Amino acid sequence: MADKRKDKAEETTKAGISRRKFLKGVGVGGGMLGSGVLSGSLLQDGHGAQAAATKVLGPGAVAIELNVNGKRWPLTLEPRVTLLEALRDHLELTGAKKVCDRASCGACTVILDGSPVYSCSVFAIEAQGKTIQTVESLADGDTLHPVQAAFVENDAQQCGFCTPGFVMATKALLDKYPNPTAEQMRLALGGNLCRCGTYVGIRQAVMQAAQNSPQNSHQNSKTRAPQAGRQSRAGGGHSNA
Amino acid sequence: MPDYNWPEPDSAALVGKRISRVDGPAKVTGTAKYTYDVTRPGMLYAKVLRSPYAHCRIVSIDVSAAEKLPGVEAVYVVQGAGTEIHWQGDDIAAVAAVDEQTAEDAVQNIKVQYKQLAHLVQEEDLSKAGDRAKPAAEQVVGNPDEAFAAAEAVTVEGYYGTSVVTHCCLESHGFVAEWEGDTLTVYPSTQAVERLTGQFAEALKIPATNVHTMMQYVGGGFGSKFAVDRWGIAAAHLAKQTGKPVKLMLERAPEQMVAGNRPSVYAKVKIAAKPDGTLTAWESDSWSTGGMGGGGSPPMPYIWNFPHQRKRHTAVSINAGSARAWRAPNHPQGCYVTMCSIEDLAAKLKMDPLDLVLKNIALTGERSELYRQELLKAAELMEWKRRWHPRAQGSPGPVKQGLGLALHTWAGRGHAAECRITIHPDGYVEVSTCTQDIGTGTRTVIAIVAAETLGVPMEMVKLNIGDNHLPPGGSSGGSTTVGGVSSSTRRAAMDAREQLFARIASGLGTTAENLETVNGTVRVKNDPSKGFTWKQAAAKLGVNPVSAMGKNPDEAKGALTSSGVGGVQMADVSVDTETGVVRVNKMVAVQDCGLIVDMKTAESQVYGAMIMGIGYTLFEERVMDEITGRMLNPNMEFYKLAGLADTPEMVVHMWTDAEQQKRGVIGLGEPPTISPGAAIANAVANATGVRVPTLPLTPDKVLAALEKGGLA
Ligand code: FES
Ligand code: FES
Repeated sequence: MADKRKDKAEETTKAGISRRKFLKGVGVGGGMLGSGVLSGSLLQDGHGAQAAATKVLGPGAVAIELNVNGKRWPLTLEPRVTLLEALRDHLELTGAKKVCDRASCGACTVILDGSPVYSCSVFAIEAQGKTIQTVESLADGDTLHPVQAAFVENDAQQCGFCTPGFVMATKALLDKYPNPTAEQMRLALGGNLCRCGTYVGIRQAVMQAAQNSPQNSHQNSKTRAPQAGRQSRAGGGHSNA
Repeated sequence: MPDYNWPEPDSAALVGKRISRVDGPAKVTGTAKYTYDVTRPGMLYAKVLRSPYAHCRIVSIDVSAAEKLPGVEAVYVVQGAGTEIHWQGDDIAAVAAVDEQTAEDAVQNIKVQYKQLAHLVQEEDLSKAGDRAKPAAEQVVGNPDEAFAAAEAVTVEGYYGTSVVTHCCLESHGFVAEWEGDTLTVYPSTQAVERLTGQFAEALKIPATNVHTMMQYVGGGFGSKFAVDRWGIAAAHLAKQTGKPVKLMLERAPEQMVAGNRPSVYAKVKIAAKPDGTLTAWESDSWSTGGMGGGGSPPMPYIWNFPHQRKRHTAVSINAGSARAWRAPNHPQGCYVTMCSIEDLAAKLKMDPLDLVLKNIALTGERSELYRQELLKAAELMEWKRRWHPRAQGSPGPVKQGLGLALHTWAGRGHAAECRITIHPDGYVEVSTCTQDIGTGTRTVIAIVAAETLGVPMEMVKLNIGDNHLPPGGSSGGSTTVGGVSSSTRRAAMDAREQLFARIASGLGTTAENLETVNGTVRVKNDPSKGFTWKQAAAKLGVNPVSAMGKNPDEAKGALTSSGVGGVQMADVSVDTETGVVRVNKMVAVQDCGLIVDMKTAESQVYGAMIMGIGYTLFEERVMDEITGRMLNPNMEFYKLAGLADTPEMVVHMWTDAEQQKRGVIGLGEPPTISPGAAIANAVANATGVRVPTLPLTPDKVLAALEKGGLA
C-alpha cells in the first residue's frame, strides 16, 4: 500500500506538477498561501489556471451559475469563494464539511463531472459549466441510496462529520468500479479521514453497497487501473512511508 | 413498585442485540445539523486574531482599521495591551463580519505590537526545563532498594515516552451565539450542553435562566469539548455588540494549537523480577507536559501492583496550548510505559510475555481472574501460542513480523442523569433528557431502553436531547454517559409503564401488577389472550398522557450501573527494517463493560478506539519548533491521522457472560483506546529485537533504534 501511495504521489498531473514536488517546494511550516489555487488548478487539470490567465475576474463579486444536483443556481460571489463555501453558505447545502480546508481530509468531497473532488480546494468559479453532485442528492425521499443504506447498516459512522465525504467518495468509486477490489477501495477512500475510526464499518459498507449495486454484475470488464479513479485527489491520503 | 433491573438476555427483544444507530440516516444524508451547519437569519461570521508567539506581552493593539472595513460589524478585544500571552494561537481579538472572507480581511488589519519573551516549547530533554520543571514528592511502596539488590533479582532498565497528541476533532470547536434582549441562545459544539449554561452565565454576568443552549450533533469531542472557552465568550460579546447572531468556528490551525491535546509522558524505568518471572520491584522517574499547566501524572505502574515501588514524577510547564481530557486521560501513557517495560523484562528473561503476565496476574488485584480469561481468549483469537516467537527470531528477510500485548482498565460508572418519559394517547413515547450523542450511540441506547421497557418498536420512541431546557442529562465524559442515561431512562420507562397499567387495568378486568408489555401489546400475564395492542392501550388514556421521571443514581430503584471495566489487546505487526515503516496486520480486542445495550455500536466504539490508537502509536505527534516556539504541523497533512489503508484486520470480542449482565450498564468509549500504544510498540520490539522508545513509531525512530540495537 505504501508503495502504491508513493506512486500516486509522484504521479504528474497534466498541470505538470506532482503533489510531492509541490509540497517539497512549500516545505513544512512554510507559507501555504496559494495551495488552494494550485491544488484547485491541479484538480481541474490545468483548465482553471489557463482560464485565470486569459480572463481576470474579481476581486469584487461576480455573477456565476452553478449546476448543483440537477438545478441551475445563479449566484454572485467573490472569485476567492470556494465551491465548498458556495454550497454551504450560499445554497444551504451543508452536508459537505470544511475540516482541513486544504485537500487533506475529504470531508468536503462532492462529485464534479463524475469525479470526486475536494470542494474546499476548487473555486466556485471553476465549477461553472460542470455538474456538481452533493450528498443531499443521493436519497430519494426517505429511501436511502444503496451506499447510504450500507453505511447505516454497517455502522460506518460515529459522530458522522466525515460521513458525507465518505459517502460521496464511495459513490464515485462504485460509479466507476461497481465491483471494486480491496486495493481500488483503499485508493479511492485514501483521501478521506475519519477521527472516530469508522474504517472497519466503511470497508464493510463499501463491499455491501457494491454487491447491492444494480450495475455490478456485468461491468467488471470495464474496470481500469486504479490510478485513473482518483487522479483529482491524488495524494490526499497519507501513510508513514 | 416494580423490580428495577435489566431484562434477562433471553427475554430481551432489543437490549444486547445488533441495532443500527437511529441517527444513521441523518448522518449519511447530510441532513444532520451540526453547530458548524447552523445558520440564523442575518448571521455574521467571526474570526479570531491569535498570538503568533509562544510567549509574549501585548504592547499595543489597534483595531481601528479593521473596524472601518466595509462589512465588518464589530471587533472585540479578548486580551488587550499589557496581557502576557503564554502560547501560540491564544485569542487576542475577534471580528464579526458579513462573511468569512471579510472577517479574515479584518483580522489581518488589526495591528498588534508584541514584546517577545523567552519560551520553552519542548519537554523531552528535561535538562533544559530549568525552573519550568516542578517535581512532585517521591512515592515509595515496600522496600524497593532491598528488592532491586536481592541477589537473584533480574532487572531491566528502559526509557519510554509518548508525545503530545491533539484531539483533532473533525468539527472544530465553536459556537453560534444569539441574543434576544438579555437572553442568550447558544448553539455550541460540545460534550456538555447543560454544563455550558453556568459557564456562559458566569462569564457574561447574566442569570443562568437567561442562557439557552442547544445542540443536536457534534463532530467529535474526545474530551476536548467541555468548556465555553475564550472564543465562546467572544462570540457572545460580538453577538451582543452587533445585535445579530454570530458564528465563530475555529480554523484548523487553532483547532490543532489551542483546542486540546493529550499530555506527553517520558519515563526512565527500572523493574526487577525473580528468575522465574515473578515481578518484584518498580522504579520510575517520569515527566510530562500539558502546556502551561504542566500535565497529568499517569498511573504507574499501570494495573500491575508491584510489591516494591519508588516513583518520582515531574510536571513541566511549556509555552504551548493546554492539555484537555483526551479519551481515557492518563491511562494510555501509564499503560505504555508499564507494559513496555514488562515486555522488555520478559525478553531479558527469555519468556513469552503472555506467560509472564499470566504468572503475575494476581498483581492486577480483584479483576485478575477476568483478565486471565480475557488474555486466554485474546491469545486464542490471535493464535498467540502458535505464532509468537522470541524477539527478532521471526522470518528471515527485511520485513520482520512480531506480536505484542497490553491490558487496561477504566471506571465508567453511570453519571447523574434525569429523564422524563411521556406516553401519549396516540401511543408515541417521548423521552426527554439533556444529554448529547457525541457519536457513541447515546440516542440509540436511550431509544433501545425505552422501547424495550415499554415493548414498543423503536420507531414509536421520539427523543428530545441536546437542550438545556430538558431535564439534566449530564456531560459526556469519562465514559459515564451510557450508564447514566440508560439507567435514568429505564427507571422512567418502568414507572411510566406502571402508571399506564394502573390506568387501564380495570378495562382488562385485572389489576396493574398482573399486566405486562410484550411486543407491541399490553396483556394479562397469565392470560396472554386478554390484552390491548399498544395503540389501544394508549388510547385508553383519553386526553391525559402518562408522564414519569427517572433518575440516576436512585438507590431505592435498583443498581442499574456499576463501575470498573477492562480488556486485553494484542497486535500483530510487520516492520520493514530497510525503510522503518511499521504496519499493523491484525489487532485483537477482548473487552468487558457490563451489560451491553447495543452490540453494534458497542463494537464500533472498540474498533474506533483501536484505530485512534493506531494513529497515536504510528503517526500522531504535535511537532514544536524550539527556535520560533511554533507548532509546525497545525493542519492535517503533517499532523497525520490513521486512514483506511492503515486499518488492519480487527477482531473484537465483547465479554458478555452472566456475571457481566449482572453488573448493569458501564461505559466503554474510552478504555479500548488505552492499550494500542503498548500492544503495537511491543509487537515492534518483538519483531525487530529492539525497543523504539517513544511514540509515534515513525520510520526515522525505527531506523535509529535498529542502528543502536539493544533492548531499550
Ligand atoms: S476540507 Fe476539503 S479536504 Fe479537508
Ligand atoms: S465518524 Fe466522526 S470523524 Fe468519522
